[in-house]
Amino acid sequence: MFYRENGQFKSTYREDQQILGIRQDRWFIFGLIAFALLVVPYWGSDYMFRAILIPFLIVSLAAIGLNLLVGYCGQISLGHAAFMAIGAYAAYNIVVHFPGLNFIVVLVLAGLVSALVGILFGLPSLQIKGLYLGVATLAAQFFVDWVFARVKWFTNYSSSGGVSTAPVEMFGWTIDTPMEKYVFILVVVMVFTLMAKNLVRGHIGRSWMAMRDMDVAAEVIGIRPMYAKLTAFAVSAFYAGVAGAMWGFLHLGSWEPAAFSINFSLNLLFMIIIGGMGSILGSFIGAAFIVLLPLALSQALPLLNNLGLKVDTAMASHLEFMIFGALIVFFLIVEPLGIARLWAVAKEKLRLWPFPH
Amino acid sequence: MRPRNIGDVILDVKNISLSFGGVKALQNISFDVKEHEVRAIIGPNGAGKSSMLNCINGVYHPQEGEIVYQGEVRRDMDTHHAAESGIGRTFQNLALFKGMSVLDNIMTGRNLKMKTGILAQALHLGPARAEELREREFVEHVIDFLEIQAYRKTPVGRMPYGLQKRVDLGRALAAQPKVLLLDEPMAGMNMEEKQDMCRFVLDINDEFGTTIVLIEHDMGVVMDISDRVVVLDYGRKIGDGTPEVVRNDPEVIKAYLGVGH
Ligand SMILES: Nc1ncnc2c1ncn2[C@@H]1O[C@H](COP(=O)(O)OP(=O)(O)OP(=O)(O)O)[C@@H](O)[C@H]1O
Ligand SMILES: [Mg+2]
Repeated sequence: MFYRENGQFKSTYREDQQILGIRQDRWFIFGLIAFALLVVPYWGSDYMFRAILIPFLIVSLAAIGLNLLVGYCGQISLGHAAFMAIGAYAAYNIVVHFPGLNFIVVLVLAGLVSALVGILFGLPSLQIKGLYLGVATLAAQFFVDWVFARVKWFTNYSSSGGVSTAPVEMFGWTIDTPMEKYVFILVVVMVFTLMAKNLVRGHIGRSWMAMRDMDVAAEVIGIRPMYAKLTAFAVSAFYAGVAGAMWGFLHLGSWEPAAFSINFSLNLLFMIIIGGMGSILGSFIGAAFIVLLPLALSQALPLLNNLGLKVDTAMASHLEFMIFGALIVFFLIVEPLGIARLWAVAKEKLRLWPFPH
Repeated sequence: MRPRNIGDVILDVKNISLSFGGVKALQNISFDVKEHEVRAIIGPNGAGKSSMLNCINGVYHPQEGEIVYQGEVRRDMDTHHAAESGIGRTFQNLALFKGMSVLDNIMTGRNLKMKTGILAQALHLGPARAEELREREFVEHVIDFLEIQAYRKTPVGRMPYGLQKRVDLGRALAAQPKVLLLDEPMAGMNMEEKQDMCRFVLDINDEFGTTIVLIEHDMGVVMDISDRVVVLDYGRKIGDGTPEVVRNDPEVIKAYLGVGH
């Protein structure tokens, strides 16, 4: 067995505080990054970039954002796609009014706009919890849907109500092939993942988790609930906003308000439930699941038909819902911390092997 | 008897009344706490002891009275101000952060001392990193002091009850409080665990000079470690003085010591 901690001792607190404390984890992650950055771009097909990797990465980013709020800070948001919509439309308007602005700047500004709105919709969390907060965030979703469908200014008075974007440019580089989009998104997602990891291991992350686990004790320690909750809403909405802007510009290219509907919001929630609440890794696992399952099912169709089972496309999409439903119920009841938790337990067993005590 | 150098009054509770609807939890309670002393609050179940601590650190807001802390007069406390001005607290029913490790629980107790902004933390810039390491070092002292080194990375929920109580104490200690409010720190412990906890409380008092306000049911413990005792019964104060005085007070004996002791 190669995965273990035996014989790896930490002599400084700094070593102990590393994100990837175990050598094998470090190698694995660096290997994965090298593979994703150096091998995949040459080897992947356009279909793979467009249908799998790009949506997977962007949706992972949004799921991380939602996980910071729900999994780490214990607040609920049923309308997180609304913040993606805000990011997307903010980016669209910034590009319309300031053409030629570096896209990275556009992304950051879009994230900031979304963060501001996030703070606004986070205000109810100071008074209400749980189900009632859920309903308040749902109201945010419908309000935002309504605004982008009705207020023509946001869509630059386009007659159809939809908006379309030109290829993204920065530093004289035009990102137009799926491969280039993939590389750009990958780098953005890596940077934001690292930042999320840093936040949750810093004192701000601890104050979020303290609010989640025992709010009275957190207050007694001196944590301000308002600060903890609103920063969680802001950061979470920032992530969603950046993800939304990339979804609009790099994945869809042109979109209608319905692109960021309640269905999208619920999918994000499913991702973190299945992948793992309070886990960055879990956000990726959940996103992979939700993106890949429909594809896997459609691939499996001919196979099932060959086996003599008559499954048509309609049936397959029902099957998709049934599998999601079953998994969500399973994880909510049996393992609320999701696949990431199952994975962590397995790792912990291995980690001390061969001396479990 | 341990050598004592009790100082001036650091906390003065004046005419506090608190009620929940019809329930009068505290009625016109006054007492003071002197610097460096161990002050016990005793009384039967439901006497209002926990409510008293909750008023002192701003979890509850009394309808009447005032609290004078370090010379500053306040109608009532708010939790943030209490924490910031050095009032620490443990809980009668464990209130640990269940999803976090022992280390993170105690680190969170140190959060007030940590000031770097969100962006610096997200980017893990020099100041944020240095701050994290510096405070970690302090927290490690707390962990050593409480002898829970072996549990550093254990999720608190998986520890035995007695050790969870220690983590609760560690979380409060991490903020280096001037006044430490302990709500039944030894409840539900066996003899040995109680002795350990007693030793920690006395060491905190001796080594750091921390003023201690302690709620405890075990009269032996109270008589052993406290300098002065307040007795509450049904929200009223019925006794106040040294352990000897209180022990011999007829009203106290009738209301409290008489039953079951
Ligand atoms: N948050 C609250 N809401 C309503 N009533 C409360 C609340 N907190 C305390 N009380 C009431 O105030 C009275 C005093 O309670 P308190 O918890 O202060 O007693 P205590 O002396 O700590 O008792 P114990 O020894 O059981 O811990 C009780 O009658 C209790 O029911
Ligand atoms: Mg009590």
